[in-house]
Amino acid sequence: MSIIEVNNLRRTFSEHVAVDEMTFNVESGEVFGLLGPNGAGKTTTVRLLNGILPPSNGTARVFGLDPATQGEMIRRGTGVLTETPALYERLSAHENLKFFATLQAIPATDINRRVDEILEFFDLSSRAKDKVETFSKGMKQRLALARALIHKPPLLFLDEPTSGLDPEAAQQVNDLISNLSRANGQTVMLATHNLVEAQRLCDRVAVINKGRILALGSLNELARKLWPVTWVDITFHVKPRGDIAGSLKSSRGVIRVSMEDESLAVQVENADVIPEVVRHLANKGESILRVNPRDYTLEDIYFALQAGEA
Amino acid sequence: MNWRSIWAIARKDLNEVQQNKMAWGPAIALPLIFAILMPILFSTVPQFVPVENVQRELGDIEAMLKNLPPNMQAIFNGLELEQMFVLYMTAFLFAPLFLIMPLMFSSVVGADSFVGERERKTMEALLYSPATDMELFLGKVLAAVIPAIILSWLTYFVYIVVVNIASYGLLQRIWFPLPTWWPLMFWLTPAFAVLGISVTVMISARVKTFMEAYQLTGSLVVIVLGLVLGQISGVLFLGVGTVMLIGTVIWIVNAVLIHLSIRNFKRSSLIAKL
Repeated sequence: MSIIEVNNLRRTFSEHVAVDEMTFNVESGEVFGLLGPNGAGKTTTVRLLNGILPPSNGTARVFGLDPATQGEMIRRGTGVLTETPALYERLSAHENLKFFATLQAIPATDINRRVDEILEFFDLSSRAKDKVETFSKGMKQRLALARALIHKPPLLFLDEPTSGLDPEAAQQVNDLISNLSRANGQTVMLATHNLVEAQRLCDRVAVINKGRILALGSLNELARKLWPVTWVDITFHVKPRGDIAGSLKSSRGVIRVSMEDESLAVQVENADVIPEVVRHLANKGESILRVNPRDYTLEDIYFALQAGEA
Repeated sequence: MNWRSIWAIARKDLNEVQQNKMAWGPAIALPLIFAILMPILFSTVPQFVPVENVQRELGDIEAMLKNLPPNMQAIFNGLELEQMFVLYMTAFLFAPLFLIMPLMFSSVVGADSFVGERERKTMEALLYSPATDMELFLGKVLAAVIPAIILSWLTYFVYIVVVNIASYGLLQRIWFPLPTWWPLMFWLTPAFAVLGISVTVMISARVKTFMEAYQLTGSLVVIVLGLVLGQISGVLFLGVGTVMLIGTVIWIVNAVLIHLSIRNFKRSSLIAKL
């Protein structure tokens, strides 16, 4: 079931097109990544989907509701982690959460219990009464995430959640995000330019630039779209005798073969051909040490797409 | 309209302003000066210093009294010069100055709430809450107006007590407040508190920092100074009718400004300024 449906969504600011004809769906329970460089339109998309900005054109539905006219109802079911923590630094962690819990209409009798519970979950209980201005960046980010989750929203928007954090704090935040979708089944939309983070967390991604979606799908789907053929590296225990490359070239599904010392690089039509190649070599009596299909990272995909766009 | 959200926003803003010494400094200093120091000074000076000497410094009190309407002049009939001095200074000359308080309190809190929140980059999280634009607006306005009125009324109360005690030796009776002060306290003071915040909201759309907003709204004091000068020169006298009329004009101005502010207070324009 789609929790977010976006059709030809467009938003302009005077002459500048921030979001350009975006179309995508986000399914319930998935972690969906919106990947792009700064200024690509990620934050504007999050704002459009929460009814903070009206679209210039196109439609969006979140929980089946229209953000342009039913923003308040949508925001009751969403939690947003903004790019900067946007916390009230002069107030304590407890006061910050209590305030947002009240705005989220959590019953007055439950607020303190819920605030204590979430502070405990984010390991901030010992600092509950301290002013936020005394917190480290990592603690502020955890508190901001706690604020986004205070009302247990089914849909979470995370805008650059690890921006400006040291690797340890970033790891903590990523672990928390990972747990949210796996353990609680919450739908997460992650807007980021951190590709390692996106690869680790996202089920599907939309790579965007200048407000347009360049590609949409899972990592494997995107890799297949970009590189329909695949390479496999085969290392032999003993250097093969005879023209093994020549014999392979005539096999079905093999496109190109190059031999170098004890290893062979084979370009095949798709991954299904690889077992055939291995069988062919084994039948020829070759002693195979390793078979490595080349994996594409999200980084490879992202830069290939952005380069294509440029 | 969700009043729980409105009060939560108002409480949060007040809680935040409490931590801003720049906002609270004047809120403590002004009532101390207006409600305690000045009345003690004006009520006790004539009891220790010959009033002729004071008169030489301040100008001719009798000439100033001639500027008052005849019915007000009657209040001074049969009084000693010292008594006239105390009565004139504390009950007439000083009255419009009190309007600085609601104006300043509400504009300082408003500047911190509307502009400060943007400056501290906390506005975005608030805009992602389910509170409606109107609820956000009302929460912020109430945070500025309610304490401004309450603080002003408290200052009036202390002033009334101090004036009566300090002048008792000279006048031998509890005489204050005079009738003019009632509409001043309950009609004009709330009007000025709302004027402070309405102008601040209008200004907040055009400035980037709390200090800019603070300085610009400070120019509203000119209105109060105009009233004081009008009273001294005899051009304008703050009797009950005049106070009611000025209050009505200010409330009409407030209604227009608030209407325009509500029309412009939209999430989409607020987020564009972040």
